[in-house]
Amino acid sequence: MAKHEYAFYPGCSSQKGASASNYLTSVEAMCKTLDVKITEIPDWNCCGASIGYAEAGELPRHVMNARNFALSEKNLPGKEIVATCAACWLGARETRERLSHSDTLMNDTREALKEAGLTINEMPNIRHMVEVLIEDIGFDEMKKHVVRPLEGVKIAGYVGCQTNRPFGVDGESFENPQYLDKMVEMVGAQSIPEYEQKVTCCGGALAFSEPEKAQAQIKDIVESAYDHGAEMIVTPCPLCQANVEVYQGQINKRYGTKFDIPVMYYSQLMVVAYGGSAKDAALNGQVIKARRLEEIAAKPVLSRAEGPAKR
Amino acid sequence: MSANTALAEKYRNNFLKEIEEQVEMGDWVKMCMQCGVCSGSCPTNFQSAWEHPPQELFMMIRAGKREEVLTSTSMWNCTSCYNCIVRCPRKLPITHIMHGIAEYAHRIGMAPKMQATRFFSGLFWKNATKTGRVNELKLSMGLYFKDGFAQGVKNGMAMQSVALGLVKAGRLNVMELFGGHKCKDQKGIQAMLKKAYEIERNRKAAKMAG
Ligand code: SF4
Ligand code: SF4
Ligand code: SF4
Ligand code: SF4
Repeated sequence: MAKHEYAFYPGCSSQKGASASNYLTSVEAMCKTLDVKITEIPDWNCCGASIGYAEAGELPRHVMNARNFALSEKNLPGKEIVATCAACWLGARETRERLSHSDTLMNDTREALKEAGLTINEMPNIRHMVEVLIEDIGFDEMKKHVVRPLEGVKIAGYVGCQTNRPFGVDGESFENPQYLDKMVEMVGAQSIPEYEQKVTCCGGALAFSEPEKAQAQIKDIVESAYDHGAEMIVTPCPLCQANVEVYQGQINKRYGTKFDIPVMYYSQLMVVAYGGSAKDAALNGQVIKARRLEEIAAKPVLSRAEGPAKR
Repeated sequence: MSANTALAEKYRNNFLKEIEEQVEMGDWVKMCMQCGVCSGSCPTNFQSAWEHPPQELFMMIRAGKREEVLTSTSMWNCTSCYNCIVRCPRKLPITHIMHGIAEYAHRIGMAPKMQATRFFSGLFWKNATKTGRVNELKLSMGLYFKDGFAQGVKNGMAMQSVALGLVKAGRLNVMELFGGHKCKDQKGIQAMLKKAYEIERNRKAAKMAG
């Protein structure tokens, strides 16, 4: 049996062929090394995300999340739910809070769920993957598996908004969270704790609907990473990752900049540091190629008695 | 009588009450002490885009500026960054109030029709609830074609390099157009949502009558 087991809520963007599929691949490899077992909630549905609000209303939105809770309770009883997407995690947690605080909302939700043949008896805990790493696994344990430190690579930790607010990770501040920097150090790379754009909003869904506004935000985020001498940016959120990575070309056209900086997930850094291949880390999924990481991933690992390196 | 006229009639001269009863988290608006922290924290306020930051909207609600508030594009520019929420000294759930006002304006037909984020928001929810999961390709196609076919082709071309990059990296699947990801129990989801809408509608109507 694995050391840690969870019900897994991947979210739409992490499905095969979707915009964060590289996130999922690297998370799976990372979990294997850390002996974490994540079992997908069968037939999970989209949470509706914050941006669906025009049509969603209050109850329908909570009912969407509640359906996932009910499916998790039914199929994976007693397990905490882990999400990798900041928006999924936030949406689910919001629903959990609202339902826990309002009997009316809870009863209405139960009534709607009945239509799908489901029910909720207990409220599940909703965790973000980085919470699991920090709180359940711990930095010491995470570090033990590093067999290929990312030496000399300078990385800007971009936390963004929704992993950080309004809930955030316990014990971290909203204005200057440190855990992502610690993770960068943990894999043997060089962090930039003074990176002042680390919690700036990238514009979220506006990147899609009103690109000129979001791109002005993204420009500040990327520019500051360059100013601090970063070679790449790392993030815990699929939308942050996509927004900061894929519009660099358009920003270059709009502002005459020369941005070309890779934007990675923490899990990709960890997989490479844990001795995984470029494929395990889904480096082929980058729109802006992370050549430095590809080079490191091609190198042999430090010798070790056990670990994922021997495959 | 349209929904909007009926509501305007019922809450005549008391727009604050209308917001309190009809908008999610609307009963918090009166707690605002106009300190301005939210406006100073709002990312969209730094770009020249916004008509009214949250503090201003809340003041306008109290001043009864119904038309101006409900037809504003401001709420639609909220990026859900939650900066305001964590900083507000009065602990107003500002992000949710913003979404709530937007949803209400949309519900009663007052929201600006072609505001891009309003359009995207509706599209997103429909896309997500139709099959239970978001189909990213249909979602972007729908957005590009909102202003008609010719404009759609133009928008699509502007985003072509972005899309091509994603396809190459295996992160945008062209096959999604012909089906794509979905939940198995779509029937259950539809039935459950139908019920949820029904309950919510009844509760709002009861408030209006009471
Ligand atoms: S937040 Fe986004 S990715 Fe996550 S479930 Fe909701 S819509 Fe899907
Ligand atoms: S930084 Fe952007 S993508 Fe990330 S959570 Fe904030 S709005 Fe969403
Ligand atoms: S921060 Fe809170 S109290 Fe201050 S103006 Fe904004 S909503 Fe009002
Ligand atoms: S959540 Fe919305 S209103 Fe609040 S600061 Fe962010 S963009 Fe502004």
